[in-house]
Amino acid sequence: MTAMLRLENVTSAYGAVEALRGVSVHVEKGEIVTLIGANGAGKSTLLMTIFGSPRARAGRVIFEGRDITGMPLHEIARAGIAQAPEGRRIFPRMSVRENLLMGAQSFGIDPAPGLEQAFTLFPRLKERESQRGGTLSGGEQQMLAIARALMSRPRLLLLDEPSLGLAPLVVRGIFSAIRTLNAETGLTVLLVEQNANQALRLAHRGYVLVTGRITLEGTGAELLARPEIRDAYLGTH
Amino acid sequence: MAYALQQLINGVALGMIYGLIAVGYTMVYGIIGMINFAHGDIFMVGAFVSLISFVLLSTGGWAAGPGAVLLVLLISMAITALYGWSVERIAYRPLRGSFRLAPLISAIGMSIVLQNFVQVSQGARAKPIEPIITGSVELWHGNGFAVSVSSMQLVIVVVTLAVLAVFTWMVTRTRLGRAMRACEQDRKMAGLLGIDTDRTISITFVIGAALAAVAGTLYLLRYGLADFFMGFIVGVKAFTAAVLGGVGSLPGALLGGLLIGLIETMWSAYAGQDMFLLRELNPAYKDVAAFAILIATLIFLPSGLLGRAEVEKV
Repeated sequence: MTAMLRLENVTSAYGAVEALRGVSVHVEKGEIVTLIGANGAGKSTLLMTIFGSPRARAGRVIFEGRDITGMPLHEIARAGIAQAPEGRRIFPRMSVRENLLMGAQSFGIDPAPGLEQAFTLFPRLKERESQRGGTLSGGEQQMLAIARALMSRPRLLLLDEPSLGLAPLVVRGIFSAIRTLNAETGLTVLLVEQNANQALRLAHRGYVLVTGRITLEGTGAELLARPEIRDAYLGTH
Repeated sequence: MAYALQQLINGVALGMIYGLIAVGYTMVYGIIGMINFAHGDIFMVGAFVSLISFVLLSTGGWAAGPGAVLLVLLISMAITALYGWSVERIAYRPLRGSFRLAPLISAIGMSIVLQNFVQVSQGARAKPIEPIITGSVELWHGNGFAVSVSSMQLVIVVVTLAVLAVFTWMVTRTRLGRAMRACEQDRKMAGLLGIDTDRTISITFVIGAALAAVAGTLYLLRYGLADFFMGFIVGVKAFTAAVLGGVGSLPGALLGGLLIGLIETMWSAYAGQDMFLLRELNPAYKDVAAFAILIATLIFLPSGLLGRAEVEKV
């Protein structure tokens, strides 16, 4: 069985600080997989390590059967992986439309269908089309980050804490957009979240990352039922 | 009045040349956050390539005419662009991700290399060329002083504006320009979207060098001389122009260039004249005036006239 994405014993570090210690994760085609963990557990590092930045010190990253460890950042993107990264990283002095076009322009594809999809998924972006990215609200920036990532028609979408700092209503909208995309287009999603409750409800499977190591894995429902998850990530009621 | 108007014309023509070079400083700063101290010497290389091309063309028998000038301009842009590309590839790219001062030191080294290379290969003495664009148009005659625009000054203004118009179109309207702006605003994100950022940076150096070659050609045509050290003082003035306009701002680079050109010209024209405090000033200090502005800008207005303060919305 070949997974769409497979991390094998990946170790990764920023300078001397080891952020991932022998992590193995796999994502099957068509799945939504979530990775939950506290601040500083290494979640964002894991997503960036898939892109080779930082490069894995040990272990391998395999995408669609191809070893992408050590490939340059832009070539990994061109292989079919897109990311809405930590902090959203909207180009602040470009319009919403230009931000979206940036998502498609390295792929030699017609941006028109992508723009249409983006504006259907997030009508708010259509209203803001000619506004500068830096002037958008946090929720709008998150929508734009996801829509921009989708412009290249990726086969795998990496989402880094899309709920961070957003109002619950906005978060619900974004999570339902992810569910719709997965159901309608079969898009494979790897979602990193601190918001464990909603992430596990959305995902087919989940992993728990604690200080650079995977401590638990299972289906979303299984993990939601585990007492240690309830205590550590869902808060006590 | 007539005298002042004449100086204004002279200042604008000189300022355009500074502006062309300043754009190269500001572009490179915008995209990789370093001051390319070798950029003035790239301008010098541009002037020399033009000089050699003019000499070759005139021995071939067809040096005159707008066609020849255009041809020389294109040759100079192409070859100088190659120099710009090589400088980045050899001296800056290997240091990417190193400490901040490393590429700056490397740039100073590259500047010395280029100067010495030209000094050794072309000789240390200033090389003259025959005037190629001559003639002038008299605009106005007042108080026994004729205000005129030379054909050369017209060529400088027209060529600079045309080149900068094409350049602005490229940056704001094309995919390449968009990729350059993306790299300037968030290089890592551009990479995540599949942009080959190293290639985009290379292209930035190529374009900056081509603009410097235009400046070098115009400078050579205007002053009729090229020497291996000419890039230093002109380069520092263009750098001052970029800082004054706001490092990172493209319109700022042209504005800064024009202001430096005007200040320098006005200083030479009025310092030492017999009125008010001016008689205390020495026209030979025109360069001091330009550099005093550099220091004053860095102290009192570090983000320049059109630069933006470094505040990003989180």
